[in-house]
Amino acid sequence: MSLTYLEAIREAQARALRDDPRVFIYGQDVGAFGGAFKATKNLAVEFPGRVLDSPISEDAMVGMAVGAAIEGMRPIIEMQFADFSLVGFNQIVNQAGTMYWRTNVPCPITVRLPFGGVSGSGPFHSQCLEGLYAYYPGLIVLTPATVEDAYSMLLEAVALDDPVIFCEHRFLYYHLKAEKLPDEALPIGKARIAREGRDLTIVTYSAMVHEAIEAANELSSEGWEIEVVDLRSVKPLDTDTIVASVARTGKLLCVGEAWPWGGVTAEIVSRVAAEGFGLLDAPPQRLNAKDTPVPYHPNLWAAHRPTARSVAAAARNLLRQ
Amino acid sequence: MLQTALETKPSQETKSVRDIHLSAFRFMLLARLLDDKLAALYRTGKIHGGVYLGRGQEGLSAAVGVSLQKGDVFAPLIRDAAGRLAFGETVLDSLRTFLGSAHGPMRGRDGNVHRGNPSEGLLPMISHLGAMISVVNGILLARRLQKKLGTVGAACIGDGATSTGSFHEAINQAAVEKLPLVLVIADNQYAYSTPTSRQFACDSLADRAIGYGVAVQTVDGTDFSACLKVLGEAVSRARRGSGPQLVVANFLRLCGHGEHDVPDYVDPELKNSPLGRDCLEVAQEFLLKKRWLDDSQLAAMKEEFHHEIETAVARVQREPAPDPFIEEWCAVASEHLNEGNIA
Repeated sequence: MSLTYLEAIREAQARALRDDPRVFIYGQDVGAFGGAFKATKNLAVEFPGRVLDSPISEDAMVGMAVGAAIEGMRPIIEMQFADFSLVGFNQIVNQAGTMYWRTNVPCPITVRLPFGGVSGSGPFHSQCLEGLYAYYPGLIVLTPATVEDAYSMLLEAVALDDPVIFCEHRFLYYHLKAEKLPDEALPIGKARIAREGRDLTIVTYSAMVHEAIEAANELSSEGWEIEVVDLRSVKPLDTDTIVASVARTGKLLCVGEAWPWGGVTAEIVSRVAAEGFGLLDAPPQRLNAKDTPVPYHPNLWAAHRPTARSVAAAARNLLRQ
Repeated sequence: MLQTALETKPSQETKSVRDIHLSAFRFMLLARLLDDKLAALYRTGKIHGGVYLGRGQEGLSAAVGVSLQKGDVFAPLIRDAAGRLAFGETVLDSLRTFLGSAHGPMRGRDGNVHRGNPSEGLLPMISHLGAMISVVNGILLARRLQKKLGTVGAACIGDGATSTGSFHEAINQAAVEKLPLVLVIADNQYAYSTPTSRQFACDSLADRAIGYGVAVQTVDGTDFSACLKVLGEAVSRARRGSGPQLVVANFLRLCGHGEHDVPDYVDPELKNSPLGRDCLEVAQEFLLKKRWLDDSQLAAMKEEFHHEIETAVARVQREPAPDPFIEEWCAVASEHLNEGNIA
């Protein structure tokens, strides 16, 4: 039996519902329909009364989750697309993100954001918002890159006593398969060395991990060994693993699908510059999407975000320095 | 004459109505005196941040508070000192938050009107007030899922918050889920300086109820007795399972938006209209006329409250302020995932 990344998310939710009576799911079309991507397929039947369709009201969806959480529940909110979570942004950052600090009452909600681009999705169904949410105190922001992590990290997210922004990449939904679900996993907050290398470190997360590995494989045939760090969680950020990798390679390239101003890749460069400046043999580099809305047409879209080819090109430039 | 008859043979129901009125009045008066003290402390620079008073709103506010029971949920707005006290918040916790005591419920991390205790059903507002309504919905939904029935949640907002998307989303959500929500709109004619004519174009905010499929009642917010009746009914209907109840109360805010604000924008005609009546004076007159209260009892009540407030102020002023060197600087409950100290 093989499972996709999407099926792993469905299985994690099924298990959370099975194991913990406090868990329920709330979102648009998640009930009988099973969700826009079928991430909640059959869950409404398996768990009657616990998988609830919401109106198209992202603000009230998150507010509802916050109320339920402070009343002892463990709500999972499905945003149909990450982009739509911006309508509920205020509730996420100002209500959920401040609740524990202000009141000492934990706010364990999981907000699932199907994010990132697939070709043809355009400006409002493709956004990468992890940097935006990571900016705010009080939130945990996760970006699983593998089927196994999608499963184990979603389960851990639901178990955490904090609001978790769970960024699940739409490109990976059907693209990735695993033979079985994991029995154990790295804890949230720990990055993973996705590929070992000695010449250059690529730090990335989510779908870009796979572009980076492809680029690393290409560069391997040219004699370069690239280390790829999969962040897994962008908040908290596992600075130790990043700095340790840079200590081995001396060169840093940060790759993100998000826009270039600020964000996760800039944060990593900043931390490595502060904590590991002396380890660097060349200026640290970043590769991000272009600073325009995400384009609709496949030709434009493929050039808008980093790809294995552009990652390899950026790595080559850095390796030659 | 009526009064004599009541005194000679008080029925249980009549006695209860009298007690409810007197109870509400006590909270109104205590809130007014507490507000007066806060205004004085503000003017002498003793308060960090703003002070927002409930002058003119005590009748409505107390009516909400006394209509709720222990175990219910209350999301007050900034002018709900009376309702908070009626719901069980102490004068001490109010003062601790305004004066920044480390012993207050917000421990100096948040201040003034942004206080609460979610474990006791008192929600600490965020400034985007409409956003509190769906949080109340969430508590009520959770209780339904937990099969804990019989409690209600009250959320109070002003006329201004009805223009926000959060309000629309949340009242619609409550209606779809048929939640026991009592949503109180305190239409005090101004949102900060903006008159209702620039806020909405319907004749009355009550007109909105039909669009959401919720029950609605309008009440004269200057008349605490009418407020008690309407809120009492709305709360018990919600408790009985009749779904969300909207209450629209009309009155005039008798102070600035905050104590920093000189409300010279308030239309003098409104001040002289029935909307401009002071609910506390109306209530006092009502109780004296009914002989449910006499002048000496009123004087004793004022004396009692003055003493309570002054004692609390003196105590809070001796309490420690929060200490940045022992502050944990951790915004997450999962301490092992804290990034709070990364500079």
